[in-house]
Amino acid sequence: MSKISITINDEPYKVESGQTIMEACKEHNIKIPSMCHFDGLTDVGACRLCLVEIEGQSKLLPSCTTQVEPNQKIRTHSDRLSGHRQMITELFFSERNHVCAVCVANGNCELQDLATEVGMKHVRFPYLFQECEVDASHAMFVIDHNRCIMCTRCVRVCSEVEGAHNWDVKNRGYKVRIISDFDTPWGESESCTSCRKCVEVCPTGSLWSKDKAQGQSKKNPQMIKDLIEKRKVNL
Amino acid sequence: MSKKKIATIWLAGCSGCHMSLLDMDERLLEVAKLADIVKSPVVDGKELPKVDVAIVEGAVASDEHLEELKHIRRQAKILVALGDCAITGNVSGIRNRVTKEQALERAYLDSGVNLDGVLPTHPVLQKLEDRVRPLHEEVPVDYYIQGCPPSADKIFYVISEILHGREPTTEGDGEVKYG
Repeated sequence: MSKISITINDEPYKVESGQTIMEACKEHNIKIPSMCHFDGLTDVGACRLCLVEIEGQSKLLPSCTTQVEPNQKIRTHSDRLSGHRQMITELFFSERNHVCAVCVANGNCELQDLATEVGMKHVRFPYLFQECEVDASHAMFVIDHNRCIMCTRCVRVCSEVEGAHNWDVKNRGYKVRIISDFDTPWGESESCTSCRKCVEVCPTGSLWSKDKAQGQSKKNPQMIKDLIEKRKVNL
Repeated sequence: MSKKKIATIWLAGCSGCHMSLLDMDERLLEVAKLADIVKSPVVDGKELPKVDVAIVEGAVASDEHLEELKHIRRQAKILVALGDCAITGNVSGIRNRVTKEQALERAYLDSGVNLDGVLPTHPVLQKLEDRVRPLHEEVPVDYYIQGCPPSADKIFYVISEILHGREPTTEGDGEVKYG
């Protein structure tokens, strides 16, 4: 790979061509907030938290799915971007029913941490309070759609790492939902191998293990990242 | 400088936020040096006079809450939303997934002890609103103290900053933390 010159936040950097902006930033310790990105899984640009400004482009572009280009001038933090990230976080909270106080992931949740990071003092949008299902039909795990933010990490880890493709997505807009098999109860799934990779990558308390109560769920996403690296090695 | 007046009010919440308020322990004496608590569930006083700061726990769940909140807003120079119920609806708002009628039936008729199937309808009782709302959907709110319950440290930080005429910041001890 050849090196190219880019500018991030007014500082010059040499980065690998073919990299995404997010990868280049990570290499140089520039932190961009993200929810749907997971190291080693295909990026989908779903959450929009990692949007960056690129000089000459009127639109903001997601850094996880945009490749670096020679002489690109990128800005990862600005008042405009902070405003957008704050708004996106508020929309996550207003769309479904996130009640941190009674959640299994309380104290160990990427969405809760995001609210802290962006300083979400309150949600300016009206809460939808939409009715969401809780599917507890699986012997070991539960999927609670109230707490899902549609990052689709579970869909991708199941398809790309486990190779089972139990999870998929139905509907659009606020009615969008994660489904098991052909929209059947998780406990009846013929494709799920009960490997629990989806549980470990889920950033919220949407996917959790039945042996955990309020505030007890501790996810181990690093285990999945390591697994992805190990499986790249051809013996 | 004359002493400021504080009121604390309890709407649809579990009173856990007020427990946290009391957990300020000896720092309550520091607050007492700067302000008098003129109305609160933990002190006497029936009417809510004009106050400098009103600290409100809980969401708006009934007609009485709504009336009280609007009255508080008129009486207070600064209104502080205390805790997740006041800010998001939180546990008090979980019933918003179902109708008010379904919630009442679940609580009173499916309980197994109310064998006559009587719903409370006496005119002096509060009437539930169709939807539980956070405070800022009804009145302007000046400051928010997140948490279920918020820590005593954070409550003290925000109150003492306000009483000293300073802005509480989220970068310092006023960190945003839900749950």
